[in-house]
Amino acid sequence: METLLQQIINGLTTGSVYAVVALGYTMVYGVIQLINFAHGEVVMIGAMVAFGVITGLAGSGLPASMIVAAGVLAAVPACMAIGYSLERVAYRPLRHAPRLAPLITAIGMSIILQHVALLIWGRNPLAFPQIIANPTVSIGLAEISAVQIAIILLSFLMMGGLSWFVYRTRFGIAMRATAENVQVAGLMGINADRVIAATFVIGAALGAVAGVMFGTYYGIAHYTMGFTLGLKAFSAAVLGGIGNLPGAMVGGLLLGLVEALGTGYIGDLTNLCQWPVVDAWLGERCADGAHFILFGSNYQDVFAFVMLILVLVFRPSGLLGERVSERA
Amino acid sequence: MAQVLIEATNLEVRYGGIAAVRGISFAVEENEVVCLIGANGAGKTSTLKALARMLPSHGEIHYGSERIDTLRGHELIGRGLALVPEGRGVFSRLTVAENLAMGAYHRSDRPGIAVDLERIYTLLPRLGERAAQVAGTLSGGEQQMLAIGRALMGRPRLLVLDEPSMGLAPLMVEKIFEVIRTVAAEGMTILLVEQNAKLALELCSRGYVMESGVISVADTAERLLADPRVRAAYLGE
Repeated sequence: METLLQQIINGLTTGSVYAVVALGYTMVYGVIQLINFAHGEVVMIGAMVAFGVITGLAGSGLPASMIVAAGVLAAVPACMAIGYSLERVAYRPLRHAPRLAPLITAIGMSIILQHVALLIWGRNPLAFPQIIANPTVSIGLAEISAVQIAIILLSFLMMGGLSWFVYRTRFGIAMRATAENVQVAGLMGINADRVIAATFVIGAALGAVAGVMFGTYYGIAHYTMGFTLGLKAFSAAVLGGIGNLPGAMVGGLLLGLVEALGTGYIGDLTNLCQWPVVDAWLGERCADGAHFILFGSNYQDVFAFVMLILVLVFRPSGLLGERVSERA
Repeated sequence: MAQVLIEATNLEVRYGGIAAVRGISFAVEENEVVCLIGANGAGKTSTLKALARMLPSHGEIHYGSERIDTLRGHELIGRGLALVPEGRGVFSRLTVAENLAMGAYHRSDRPGIAVDLERIYTLLPRLGERAAQVAGTLSGGEQQMLAIGRALMGRPRLLVLDEPSMGLAPLMVEKIFEVIRTVAAEGMTILLVEQNAKLALELCSRGYVMESGVISVADTAERLLADPRVRAAYLGE
């Protein structure tokens, strides 16, 4: 019971970060049907820039919340600029090329960004300086830390804000119109180039904040962190139905929960000594309540990709993908 | 003499090596209703797509005093040229109200937009009833009405309609043409492409007949309706 509640809290925390990153993938896919594999690296650079600023200000005596806010404020415009440049330099020239070309370019951009980060920040992880006292609150049998509360609140705020923007504002409606039919959107006077650029910039801004949150949660930032995080968020986007905004949010949260619960229980479930037959066979290795665990919590990263495979096999359009029937 | 609103000179559209439109010239004057009729594959839709800059083309297109064949597609509606595309092209995942809002995307006069929206809902009451409904769930005829309403929301000077009767039941076609007649009676300049030649010619004052990428006949609607060649080829007599 303790594990269950605690892992739900942990899962909600990482899940909300996945959800925010997944929005970046799904928005771009929705508008130009491109999987922007460099998005994970944009998130990583957000974390790196923020950590640089936070480390620089750590000794300044400013309140911790202001230091972190300064880090975010530096990361967001940096990532927006990278998102814009990616679209402008790498993807726009290939917009009418066969779909494989921009996909390969995206992978190339991802590798370039990783190595730029390696050149700037080096190969050692940056540690989050000890500026935050991270008090925990007990709720029932589990504990939730101040950082976790902040991450969950901020993520939901961003998801709500983006939903409002996309579903309620004129430009948001224009984005959805462009996603559905670029040519007809053009007839309405909507400049597709601007909409597409805005999609990248907004996704990158969300990604920057997500990167800072993720780094703060685990206490480190590293030039390779964008790869796994990006793949997981991409899996979350596919799980929810790629191109679908609510899908990315649901997919991210669900993925976080599955991962946390899976990690929390996989050790117990694969402890061979709990099965009587195997127990007898293993003999003294199980004596005195010893454990013989087949898969430990280091298998954490497996869950996201197992889910990705299951979704692709059984429900390729994702949980919320393509519900609207289209009549001719 | 009335002002020429749009004029194409030696317009040519090619798909790879194949010419769909082969150097045609035509013009529409202000407040005129002109139709372009012809069989399937004659190049009518390609002509309209070239006008709306949805396709690259050769030749010159003048709109008012401006040459527009150098512009990009999204720059036209602000100048008053609205196209209702073939197959309606409503945004099926957007609501009816959102579709209409997109028609007025280039405008910033909120009060004017509100007035026009009221006018559209009066002209096309079905849209008002279904304002909050997702457009993909409308019937074909309702979608066509939405596409026309959306174009009118842009307060165009020239309304270009591509096959508004396509795929619709006769009763619905009659309703759609009733709407077009009303809009025309208010003085809108209209360029109409139709396969249903009789219906189109009864609405227009002038017509062009297109055949394999060229204009074969150009005359007043009355004389086209009486022309034995036109009657034989397009009116099924």
